Amino acid sequence: MTSPASAELATRERTTTLLGGEATDANLRRYLHGIPGIDAVGLEARAAGLGTRSIKTSSKRWAIDTIISLIDLTTLEGADTHGKVRSLVSKAVSPDPSSPDCPRVAAVCVYGDMVSVAVEALGAAHSARTPETPDAGIRVAAVATAFPSGRASLAVKLADVADAVSAGADEIDMVIDRGAFLSGRYGQVYDEIVAVKAACARADGADAHLKVILETGELNTYDNVRRASWLAILAGGDFIKTSTGKVAPAATLPVTLSMLEVVRDWHRLTGVKIGVKPAGGIRTSKDAIKYLVTVAETVGEEWLTPQLFRFGASSLLNDVLLQRQKMTTGHYSGPDYVTID
Amino acid sequence: MTRLTVPKTYKLYIGGKFPRSESGRVYAVSSAGGDFLANAAKGSRKDARDAVVAARAALKGWSGATAYNRGQVLYRIAELLEGRRAQFIDEIMQAEGASAAAASAQVDDAIDAWVWYAGWADKYVQVAGNANPVSGPYFNLSVPEPTGVVAIVAPQAGGSLLGFVSAVAPALVAGNTVVVIAHETAPLTAISLGEVLATSDVPGGVVNILTGSPAEIAPWLASHADVNALDLLGAGALDWVNLQIAAADTLKRVLPPEPDAAPSLARILAFTETKTVWHTKSLL
Repeated sequence: MTSPASAELATRERTTTLLGGEATDANLRRYLHGIPGIDAVGLEARAAGLGTRSIKTSSKRWAIDTIISLIDLTTLEGADTHGKVRSLVSKAVSPDPSSPDCPRVAAVCVYGDMVSVAVEALGAAHSARTPETPDAGIRVAAVATAFPSGRASLAVKLADVADAVSAGADEIDMVIDRGAFLSGRYGQVYDEIVAVKAACARADGADAHLKVILETGELNTYDNVRRASWLAILAGGDFIKTSTGKVAPAATLPVTLSMLEVVRDWHRLTGVKIGVKPAGGIRTSKDAIKYLVTVAETVGEEWLTPQLFRFGASSLLNDVLLQRQKMTTGHYSGPDYVTID
Repeated sequence: MTRLTVPKTYKLYIGGKFPRSESGRVYAVSSAGGDFLANAAKGSRKDARDAVVAARAALKGWSGATAYNRGQVLYRIAELLEGRRAQFIDEIMQAEGASAAAASAQVDDAIDAWVWYAGWADKYVQVAGNANPVSGPYFNLSVPEPTGVVAIVAPQAGGSLLGFVSAVAPALVAGNTVVVIAHETAPLTAISLGEVLATSDVPGGVVNILTGSPAEIAPWLASHADVNALDLLGAGALDWVNLQIAAADTLKRVLPPEPDAAPSLARILAFTETKTVWHTKSLL
């Protein structure tokens, strides 16, 4: 087990080795802008091609259960109440009460102040991420760092993270400072992610997992998405996540594909597996299956586990459950047979 | 030089749009004399699924419209049908081998049926609803409300246009939205009526028309959990008892096949549910 300080040091050393210097604006800029650009037309054509696969019968059945087990069931509204979080948790524990073999979702994702409510509601179903049990139980993920805009001072962001972690969050979804990124202050973005990662440390030694939200809808180009992905991974993010869900366009297949390519390249370079989480805008099981195909074809099927791939979604689960009911009963189901969220 | 004919391919009418069948299938529709008339889309279970989604989405707006407004919209259909009567007479003569006089009479009857049902839109509640006497200082009111999404197997009885209208119009009066399977061998007037509906004031999704084999599509609608009622008016030739059994799983309201569907208040009320509310007579 490494202490937070030494982990941070290791991250910085790795960056220094890769960049050939400290993680300054100039060095990061040289490195990130040295990454080959993206052929946008080719990327979109590739994503569209992956979306045409026909997944039927037993494969579809497998895909549907896999999708459920990869969902971060999310509620991120200003109007969230304790009751709403509790009902979200009960849905996470048994997504389809009429079907006991329905898998549980990977995690529930809430605002920081709702973490303690979610932890309490999960009870025995909640299994904190410890080194011994990396994948048991439902996790609690919290958005932090002045989500969704990220417009707050670093001190406030770190306090936000520490608060969620101490309340029992197993995963932290942070947003990067898109303003700083777009104006070329890469060093600031890097330092922030490193600092947030350090704040994810828990007393018991098991860090909260850090998901870095790039908010690709505000990054404008695929090249920027690729650079932001590299930057987030360099700075020690465990997951890279497309969007907050508050900005349109949210997750799209080409954007996710480009992020998966970065993850693939990073795995080849270092042997480390980074997770990817498309979030926002994925509402149908048909869409979700396209993402499964893209993951399997880009980084490999071993990424289709909750440790390495997640869907950030709220309404997706209902559509997947309707599909599942259709496959179980043989007739079409309807919205009366799933929850109203 | 002789001109090539340009036969029309009739498509489905789902959610206010005219899509081809998801399955890509078509089938040839012949005249009464056996000549090729046109190709029509051969709808599949997935087209039925899409139609139910469209009908469900349209239900809130249509059932929430005022009764007076629904009446106006239905009357407008009659107006537009009147304007295109020549086309319908022509289609009926070709499809059914009817005489010009018989076809004209059928179009008249269909237009009259729309007008008749349009008139009921803001009146049937007064007839079917009631202020119930109760022994207390309360109003006790029963009002009919629309059942929801109604799946209809359209009949041929009375002609392809009249049969279709007499099945669809009464369900619309109360604010239901419908998914109709047109008659298999004479579906063209139904789709032409869809073109009338699309240019009238009927919101997209309120009427959804499928063509193809009712024997193939109807079981999927009968068992569909998001369909609230099933009108088997034209399903006499199908294995309709099994459709009824499939519908029972989700407690659908089911109307059995009938030889005749003359306009009647009973047909409107068949697709309503009675809601009864109590209300105090005063706050004193």
